[in-house]
Amino acid sequence: MAQPKTEPAEHKNKNQATNTPDTAVLNGAEILINTLKDVNVDTIFGYPGGAVLPIYDSLFDEHDINHVLIRHEQAGAHAADGYARATGKAGVVLVTSGPGGTNTVTGIATAAMDSIPMVVFTGQVPTDMIGNDAFQEADIVGITRPITKHNYLVKDVSNLEQVIREAFHVATSGRPGPVLVDLPKDMIKSEAHYSGLKKVSIPSYKPTREGHSTQVSKAAQMLSNAKKPLIYAGGGVILGEAWEELTAMAERLNIPVTTTLMGLGGFPESKPQSLGMLGMHGTYYANMATTECDVLLAAGARFDDRVTGRLDGFSPHSKKIHIDIDPSNIGKNVPVEVPIVGDVKNVLSAIDQQASKPDTTDWWNTIEDWKKNHPLKVPKSEGLIKPQRMIERISEVTNGEAIVVTDVGQHQMWAAQHYTFNHPRSFLSSGGLGTMGYGFPAAMGAAFGCPDRPIVCITGDGGFQMTAYELATAVEYEVPVKIAIMNNECLGMVRQWQELFYNKRYSHSILKKGNPDFVKLAESYGAVGYRASNDEEMDDILEKAMKINDRPVVMDFRVEARENCYPMVPSGAALNEMVEGPE
Amino acid sequence: MTVSKNGISSQTSDRHTLSVLVSYNLNALSRIIGIFSGKGFHIDSISFGSEKESDLARITITTHGDEQIIEQITKQLHKIIDVVTVTDLTYERFVERELALIKVTATRSSRSEIMQIAQVFRAKVIDISPGKLSIEVTGNRDKINAFIGMLDPFGIDEISRTGSVALKREFEGSV
Ligand SMILES: Cc1ncc(C[n+]2csc(CCOP(=O)(O)OP(=O)(O)O)c2C)c(N)n1
Repeated sequence: MAQPKTEPAEHKNKNQATNTPDTAVLNGAEILINTLKDVNVDTIFGYPGGAVLPIYDSLFDEHDINHVLIRHEQAGAHAADGYARATGKAGVVLVTSGPGGTNTVTGIATAAMDSIPMVVFTGQVPTDMIGNDAFQEADIVGITRPITKHNYLVKDVSNLEQVIREAFHVATSGRPGPVLVDLPKDMIKSEAHYSGLKKVSIPSYKPTREGHSTQVSKAAQMLSNAKKPLIYAGGGVILGEAWEELTAMAERLNIPVTTTLMGLGGFPESKPQSLGMLGMHGTYYANMATTECDVLLAAGARFDDRVTGRLDGFSPHSKKIHIDIDPSNIGKNVPVEVPIVGDVKNVLSAIDQQASKPDTTDWWNTIEDWKKNHPLKVPKSEGLIKPQRMIERISEVTNGEAIVVTDVGQHQMWAAQHYTFNHPRSFLSSGGLGTMGYGFPAAMGAAFGCPDRPIVCITGDGGFQMTAYELATAVEYEVPVKIAIMNNECLGMVRQWQELFYNKRYSHSILKKGNPDFVKLAESYGAVGYRASNDEEMDDILEKAMKINDRPVVMDFRVEARENCYPMVPSGAALNEMVEGPE
Repeated sequence: MTVSKNGISSQTSDRHTLSVLVSYNLNALSRIIGIFSGKGFHIDSISFGSEKESDLARITITTHGDEQIIEQITKQLHKIIDVVTVTDLTYERFVERELALIKVTATRSSRSEIMQIAQVFRAKVIDISPGKLSIEVTGNRDKINAFIGMLDPFGIDEISRTGSVALKREFEGSV
């Protein structure tokens, strides 16, 4: 066990000097591990190499921290990201210098776009070699500057503990995000005092948490007087743990709620106030309600272009209230009448305390009509499985209780539409960067964070192949992730755009010829592989898969390739110009 | 906008002078520049130097854009962890200076005329050779531009200008 090697002399002095904390002299690697334990890190995703060998040496005897050996650093970052989204704690990554660091870039950028708390430790060549093009040197601080919330190069081992504590504080507070700490090899080998000081204070960093009271009153007033109010909830509701406040307010005031892709699960979809998702592949009723409403309360959402459609057609008649912890999000894309900087959780409950129930009878009549006449459709299968039905079936089998992790593409949008999300931290997806290859490693990370919840990775035959090698990790650690491949033998979403906007010229989007036999692929890693080509087989393998608890299961669902994802707002169109289905 | 003499700024409506207090480290400077290049904002000039406390630096940035862009720039800068304060001096009374070194061709017949012009601008000759004069001038951007305009006909060889440095004014009268 790498216990702090407390010097006996210092131990004796423990209670004497009030200003000198109980310190021990440790090397950098030990300081790192001690500080990680101190900030309650239980799992790190990592891959060794020369520059970080002293840390790996310390990990050899370490039992309190679970180190997961991933098979590629990109996947390590995605796994840490999945762990963070599922648990709310920061995900932790440890990789070597040079290629180890550069391989994490996609994972860091993915986390940055979705404001996911993550701390990445990279090895670096010794300080006296930095800048010499030394073996495996890369300026990772420079490379990751635009995709991290903050990053550090440790140049003095006596700052190491402080830097690590700051890194976790910055990553998890305010608008969360990834923080990188670059550790030159001499820094982790040389020694310094480890103080165990818990307090972190960065004078230049003080996120605003309470909403301005005048603005809160204005917002409450506006909602109380609204005829057609709507809440548009984003990922901030989940990151800011504001789901209870949101649900309480929406129910008490009887206001409809639509969520973004990142906000799914932030409001239970089984509640009558739920309109599901809005935006490019949002529901008809959510998009119409957004267009027609007179007061729009945006909570922890950033008016992403996939949500707004054409900006000048976005919710043209509404007065807008925008709650966000990040002031730079407010007014960035859409002007708002009532900006409120603060923690979504605090602000929502403050508004709820002051608002009175608006009269929304007519509004609800209109919405109910939209819901009745324009529901999401699940077509009947004629042989091959219909993708929408596949998602619906997974939702039924898991009772809406699973953590669903997706890749990027048609399956992602269908999963968002047809799975019924009733719990926060249950839909993990790369919403901002749209990273293919995210799904499976993130699902694995979620499994480490939440071993008691069923975890389903819904992926495409394209996306799964980007990180399928992580089957090795999942088998090694007995991670029972259920991988549901929506196998349409093509890059479905690309194919859809080519069909609709490029005259059916399917340029480099058909995967049929090179696709592996996914069942054999799974088996070669020691995982379970199943295949289903019709509804009956689908039911059968889903039932079998859910019972497997000691290994990953790969399910190859052969689906109808020509199916397109609707409704769809063509890019450049306004939300109410959505296309509901094929002509 | 106020137009006054002697280096108190003269502003066109979309030019802004931002004074940014940061921790003294190059990562902070790189992040600030990264915000401008990554988000497509303009930097007209930037200067970086230490503040009263040696662990802080003051960065003066002159930029331009409409209200919404300037608001975004200010907010984005504020988001950087190392940034302590961002002040848009444009809305305050402030003093602003730039330094320029100008090397100009000076023949025997034009030399005294150039020196006279320099005197009017309170500029200093800091290097002299049979064919050239190097002149140091400080002032706000307009004054420097005007001085350069005056010297241009003589044949300017090289110019080296700092960006603006600026401080909020305390005294309400004119200096
Ligand atoms: C790393 C990466 N490269 C390219 C893309 C562009 N892209 C978006 S969706 C898509 C097709 C995805 O195909 P597949 O994984 O089979 O899923 P499907 O759409 O068929 O459900 C592509 C290539 C991306 N999002 N990420």
